[in-house]
Amino acid sequence: MNDEFEPVIVGYFCNWCTSTAADLAGTTRMQYPPNIRPIRTMCSGSVDPVYILRALLSGADAVIVGGCPPGDCHYISGNYKTRRRFAVLKTILSTLGLEADRVWLRWISAAEGAKFAKTMNEITTEMKKKGPNPLKKQWPI
Amino acid sequence: MARSALIDVSKQGLLETLKWLWRELLEKGLVDALLVPMELPSGHNVVQTLVTNADKLEAANPLAPVLPVSSARIVSAMTRIASSQKKIGVVLRPCELRAVVELVKLNQISLPGLVLIGIDCFGTYSVSQYSKLAEENHSPTQRALALVKDKKEDSLLREACQVCEYPFPMNADLTIGLIGLDLDKGILLEAATEEGERILQALGLKKGNGSAKRQTAINRLVSERVRKRDELFEQTSREVSGLENLLSTFACCINCHNCRDVCPLCYCRECLFDSPTFEWEADKYLTWASRKSALRMPTDTLLFQLTRLNHMAISCVGCGLCQEACPNEIPVFRLFHLVGHRVQEIFDYVPGQSLEEELPLVTFKEAELQEVGYK
Repeated sequence: MNDEFEPVIVGYFCNWCTSTAADLAGTTRMQYPPNIRPIRTMCSGSVDPVYILRALLSGADAVIVGGCPPGDCHYISGNYKTRRRFAVLKTILSTLGLEADRVWLRWISAAEGAKFAKTMNEITTEMKKKGPNPLKKQWPI
Repeated sequence: MARSALIDVSKQGLLETLKWLWRELLEKGLVDALLVPMELPSGHNVVQTLVTNADKLEAANPLAPVLPVSSARIVSAMTRIASSQKKIGVVLRPCELRAVVELVKLNQISLPGLVLIGIDCFGTYSVSQYSKLAEENHSPTQRALALVKDKKEDSLLREACQVCEYPFPMNADLTIGLIGLDLDKGILLEAATEEGERILQALGLKKGNGSAKRQTAINRLVSERVRKRDELFEQTSREVSGLENLLSTFACCINCHNCRDVCPLCYCRECLFDSPTFEWEADKYLTWASRKSALRMPTDTLLFQLTRLNHMAISCVGCGLCQEACPNEIPVFRLFHLVGHRVQEIFDYVPGQSLEEELPLVTFKEAELQEVGYK
């Protein structure tokens, strides 16, 4: 048995870019770690911070939101609004002394299967280095 | 250029002169109704009251140092469905006015038909404190004004008022200026819009200048308040920041959501936390419990607070009513004010400062926050 810490990472990926990139990574047989639990959303802009927070408070080790690169949003400006909301979320977390670096936002277009696989490797490696989310053990929250 | 007039209060006194002003507004038909704080017959509280007949204005007292409910909520409830063809004058404290501006931008208040009358604020007591003073036969209003005249600090002021850096109204049609003026002699009436000008003209007051004096006093007061605010921020950071501190801060939270119910900015008709999104079958609870071996009930206490911060901190006006409403004295205001300030800083946004400036979370700039999404 391997005792290495395997982080649980929740991914919210937009339908038009990052989810398609995940499909592309799959069909072109690129390897990425099974630590990611992908959830498809219509737009990164439809991911309310409450979904990210709930995953973290329930003990997910990281949350990654994937959207279309700036300028390429299927809904014109959803990802720009995501970007502002993310700046707010990260500021709130860091002001309260919670780990803002467990929350990632990345732009991965539908054509970037390789970038998708690379990013998922990257976040998994980072979280393995960082160790488990301290909230995982906290029942009184 | 704003037009201003001086109202002589030396003969009648401050409160009576203000009553004259309200009467004039109604009797001259400058407004059809007036929403103004009135003392309840028991004397134990002062509540916003919609007055249509000038004879009823005897108990009007917008100087009473108490803020039971943010009038922004009241104005929203009155105009959200449809505004009136009639004119309603609303007398507001600066923090209420700032919340009104935010709610206008959130489409929760319709401005047409409203005449916004802002009044300089010397701060407020908690409702229970106010009522206690009244019971002991000390007029809270006289007490508060006496301290202002003696230039003494009022230790009974709510925490939010002690660090309030916006004691002057912004975006009012008509501003009643008190800060820095001799409250036994005269007060200032300033018109900032056409509507305000119209009223000022109809009142036939003599032109006056006290604006410069008031502005100097405001500047001095604001810099003192900012200093206190920063001290409070530092203390709050120390007390609240970090997982352990955060958990002990909210240890007493009973998930009553009072803080949300009194918040002028929490406008959703159905809060996500009251919606079926948060209704689950027993097995769900069991799954969560088994994941951490135990589950705090009711669930999602911290999630509620963190989500509320994400949803409204950008527009938080720092009225502090959340802290007043908390049954267990959690320092909700301290935390929300600190976080609100930090997130508003990102976009250089001051809630309630401008009706034109868009809410930060509904707009964007292409070339901003470049690092977010790449690092």
